[in-house]
Amino acid sequence: MKAETKKVLVDPLVDNNPITLQVLGICSALAVTSQMKTSIIMALALTVVVACSSAAISMVRNHIPSSIRIIVQMTIIASLVIVVDQILKAFVYDVSKQLSVFVGLIITNCIVMGRAEAYAMKNPPWDSFVDGIGNGLGYSLILLIVAFFRELLGAGKLFGIEILKLTKDGGWYEPNGLMLLPPSAFFIIGLIIWAFRSWKPAQVESPDYKISAIAHGEGGHH
Amino acid sequence: MEAYISLFVKAVFIENLALSFFLGMCTFLAVSKKISTAMGLGIAVMVVQTLTVPANNFIYNTLLKEDALSWLGITGVDLSFLALLSFIGIIAAMVQILEMVLDKFFPALFHALGIFLPLITVNCAILGGSLFMLERDYDFGESVVYGVGSGLGWALAIVVMAGVREKLKYSDIPDGLRGLGITFITAGLMSLGFMAFSGIQL
Repeated sequence: MKAETKKVLVDPLVDNNPITLQVLGICSALAVTSQMKTSIIMALALTVVVACSSAAISMVRNHIPSSIRIIVQMTIIASLVIVVDQILKAFVYDVSKQLSVFVGLIITNCIVMGRAEAYAMKNPPWDSFVDGIGNGLGYSLILLIVAFFRELLGAGKLFGIEILKLTKDGGWYEPNGLMLLPPSAFFIIGLIIWAFRSWKPAQVESPDYKISAIAHGEGGHH
Repeated sequence: MEAYISLFVKAVFIENLALSFFLGMCTFLAVSKKISTAMGLGIAVMVVQTLTVPANNFIYNTLLKEDALSWLGITGVDLSFLALLSFIGIIAAMVQILEMVLDKFFPALFHALGIFLPLITVNCAILGGSLFMLERDYDFGESVVYGVGSGLGWALAIVVMAGVREKLKYSDIPDGLRGLGITFITAGLMSLGFMAFSGIQL
C-alpha cells in the first residue's frame, strides 16, 4: 500500500477523527448506540455511503458548476442512502425498524457532506474512496466504543449475548439503567474526547480565558 | 384541540429533537458559543421547520404515498421510496425561497439570519422532523403543530446551551476536557434534565 493511501486511511481514526476532533456527524451517532448490533449496521451503512458518494462525486467533480454543487452532491448522497435504506429493509427488517429515521438521516450527516466538499471535490476517485472508508472507520470506531459501554453496562450484554449475569436472573450484576438513556451517550463521548486528548495533547483546544495567578500580598489591598 | 396542545408540549419538551434524539447536534455544538447567535439560528430553524414539515406532509400525501396519485387517475403506483430524495429537495428549495423572500421583503431579518440559512439545509433536525412526521403518520394539522413545536424545542435547547457555555468559558477545566469535551458533558446533563419531562403523561 502506498504511504499516501495509508495515511488517508489511518489518519481519521485517532489523529483527525471526524467525531472527536472535527465535531461532525454526531447527530445520528448517538441515538443508535444503545446496542452493538444497531451500531454495527449503522456504522457499516455510513461507511458504504461515505465511500461510494465520495468516489461518485469525485468522478463528476470537473463537470459540476460550482453554483449548484451542493444540490448535485445532495442528490448523489440521497440516492445512495435510498439504496442502503431499501437493502436494510429487505434483508434486516427488524434492525431497520430500530434504526427508524436514522438511516435516512445519513443524508444530512455532516461527515458525508464534509468529505464531499473538503476532499472529493479536489481529489481523484480512488483516493476519495479510500478517504471515505477512512472517515467511515473513524466514525465506526467511536460508535462501537460508545455502544460497547452502553450495552455492557446498561444491559449486561454484547450483541444480545449475556456477558454479565443480571441480579434479576440470579446473577451479581445490577444493570445501570442510565446507560440505556440518551444522556449517557453524551457523557461517554465527552470522556472519549478527554482520553484521546490526554493521549495526543496536540488536540487540546486553547482556552478563551486564562486564570491568572495572584501573587501573595497583591490580593489584600484594593 | 386538546390533542394538538398535547402534541405541541410533547414536541417541545418530552421529545425534544436536540436533547432526546440528538438531532442537529453538529450545529448545536458549533453555534452555541454566544446567546445572540444561538437565538438567531434557533429562530431560523423554527421558521424553516414550521414550513417544511407541513410541506413535506402535503407532498408525501398527494404524490408519493401508495395510490396517492389516484386523483390523476393513476393507481397501483407506490413512490414512497422517493420520500428521502424529495424531502431533502423540498428542504433545500424551501430554504432557498425563504432566503430570497427575506432578502426582498425583510432585509433586516435577512441580515440577522442570513449566515444561518444555508446551514439549515444540512441540519439533521429539519430532515429528522419530516422523517418523524412520516414515521408517525401525522395528518396535515398535526404536522403543522409538530413542525412549530419541534422547531421551538430545538431553539429552546440551543439558547439554554449557549447560556451555559457563556458562563462555562470562565471556568477552570482540565486540559483534555476543554472545549468540545466539557460541552458534550454539559449537553448530557441538560439532556438528563429534560428527561424529567418524560414522566409526563398526556
